Amino acid sequence: MFDIDKWQEIFATIKKNKMRTFLTGFSVAWGIFMLMILLGAGNGLSNGVSENFMRDAVNAMWLWSGRTSIPYQGMQENREIRFTNADYDILKDLEGIEHTSGRYYIGGNLFSYGSEYGEYTAITCHPDLKDVESIEIVDGRFVNQVDIDQTRKSVVLGKDIYDALFDGKEAIGEYVRVNNIPFKVVGICKEGGGTRHRNAYIPVTTGQKVFNGSNRLHNFALTINAETIEESQAIENRVRERLARKHKFDATDESAMGSYSKLEDVIQTMKIFQAIDIFIWIIGIGTLIAGVVGVSNIMLIVVKERTKEIGIRKAIGASPSSVIGLILLEAVMITTIAGYIGLVLGTGLMEGLNFIVEKQFEASAATNGGNGETLFRNPTVDLGIAMSATLLLVVAGAIAGYIPAKRAAKIKPIEALRDE
Amino acid sequence: MISLNNVHKSYVTGTNSLHVLKGIDLEINAGEFVSIMGSSGSGKSTLLNILGILDNYDEGSYYLNGSLVKDMSEKKAAKLRNDLVGFVFQSFNLISFKNAMENVALPLYYQGVNRKRRNKIALEYLEKVGLLDWATHLPNEMSGGQKQRVAIARSLISQPKIIFADEPTGALDTSTSYEVMDILKEINDDGITVILVTHEHDIAAMTQKIVRLKDGRIDEIIKNGDLKHFQHQYAKELETA
Repeated sequence: MFDIDKWQEIFATIKKNKMRTFLTGFSVAWGIFMLMILLGAGNGLSNGVSENFMRDAVNAMWLWSGRTSIPYQGMQENREIRFTNADYDILKDLEGIEHTSGRYYIGGNLFSYGSEYGEYTAITCHPDLKDVESIEIVDGRFVNQVDIDQTRKSVVLGKDIYDALFDGKEAIGEYVRVNNIPFKVVGICKEGGGTRHRNAYIPVTTGQKVFNGSNRLHNFALTINAETIEESQAIENRVRERLARKHKFDATDESAMGSYSKLEDVIQTMKIFQAIDIFIWIIGIGTLIAGVVGVSNIMLIVVKERTKEIGIRKAIGASPSSVIGLILLEAVMITTIAGYIGLVLGTGLMEGLNFIVEKQFEASAATNGGNGETLFRNPTVDLGIAMSATLLLVVAGAIAGYIPAKRAAKIKPIEALRDE
Repeated sequence: MISLNNVHKSYVTGTNSLHVLKGIDLEINAGEFVSIMGSSGSGKSTLLNILGILDNYDEGSYYLNGSLVKDMSEKKAAKLRNDLVGFVFQSFNLISFKNAMENVALPLYYQGVNRKRRNKIALEYLEKVGLLDWATHLPNEMSGGQKQRVAIARSLISQPKIIFADEPTGALDTSTSYEVMDILKEINDDGITVILVTHEHDIAAMTQKIVRLKDGRIDEIIKNGDLKHFQHQYAKELETA
């Protein structure tokens, strides 16, 4: 195998048959190149869209209350449904629910610190909201259970509020006035995947107490423990039935209580992506098959063309195995190197594309408060897949060369010599 | 050296069977210069291919250098060819993408001689056939006579005991034919057995022994001493023709 002389013989043969070598190599390199581009483009599309999608927890669910539209148990329609802290306790322990947070909104809040002031939204919530809405903590911490229990006057500021009021100064531990009531800043946060960070978060108990909310909650944000649409719907139905029984409205009344489960959307979209993935794979496999056929074809012709040479070599004392070995090694070497070239070119092109896409992403992110919009991100191919594809072509070329080479080496030299 | 006993050979093509050799008995000793003659289809090339282990036979026995050659594996046949036999073909059979030196050196590659050494030896043999200046030329840049001389150098490089030549002058004009025959004669003078197939009487007349085939059987064997008689008969044949 590592006989230098054998390799010299192979290199000498390759050098003097450039066209043949080029054609064999080209069919392999082209196949791999196309495969890399196809799979890369598919991955890029898939990555781009799913990144846009993952801004909130994918298994988030929201509930909000309204007025009934269906008469129920002798009660008139158009009755207002109000969530309370008791509903929070029910939801928290309901099967299939992971994180729960109630929310109580306070409208028209004036935030001020020193001489700086501005109007922002204050959301009162439970600690779990951080998980449901994928809130990122930039500094300090989020609202915690102690804040809730002790109704502390703590506030977590959105990055935009912090920038406006503090302008880079240390904020943690400072007091911010919300509607003229001082709150201690405990953290700075960003909305998960969002472009604006203009919300401030206050413990729900504090909010209710300070802003006259008594035990009232406006809506709930949950994450659910579901993997399929069916599971998600089952949990949604369970939540609706439980709260409908408590508040005495028809469980099917969407107007009395609205609910939205993100998972259902995500799963639907993921299905489309699976379909696209399958489509890309079908094209990829088709490209590979075309490559395999191309390589096999050329190998068949090459061996046919060399039948006479095989006869000559045998007449002067070449054993069949040495003849087969020569042809096979040559084929494997050409296909491997060509496959590698295709791999490098394909990867290079996709990396180049990735560079341009990232530049565009950064440009759009700069004008959009740190979050770019793109449908195409990281269009690269798993190296393992690329390697396996190359290997497949090499093996196919070797087999396609081996069968006729074996036949040519097996026939009597005189027949091979007669071949013109 | 060579001993054939009742050798039969048929070619089967589809349902037709062509009985080419119908029982050949032949002894050739080491150092002989033998020609095999016969009209087209008499089986002379087939006989040579069997002698050179390029083809197999159906019946009988063939001893080459004391060992039986029958149903040999390709690997063993290849080894035997490499060790004992050199070939010269009518159509030269040089590898077109190798130059003269590389063509001559190729048998040594299969003997495991390293590149530098085998190329040096190849140049020596090219010098012997007077083609040292053509060492780096490809076959298609050479004349027929030159190609044949390269082929002879190639057949000699493995220092074989027997040279088989299938119509070595068939594609050459008369003067180059004689040059090639002179080289073959020199080879024979060095003690190597030379067996050639030809249908040209003047070429055959340069050998020591003529085996005439007719319809797959040996018609007659003419020894050196009888050559005068052969030439007489040859003249008679020409008259009747």
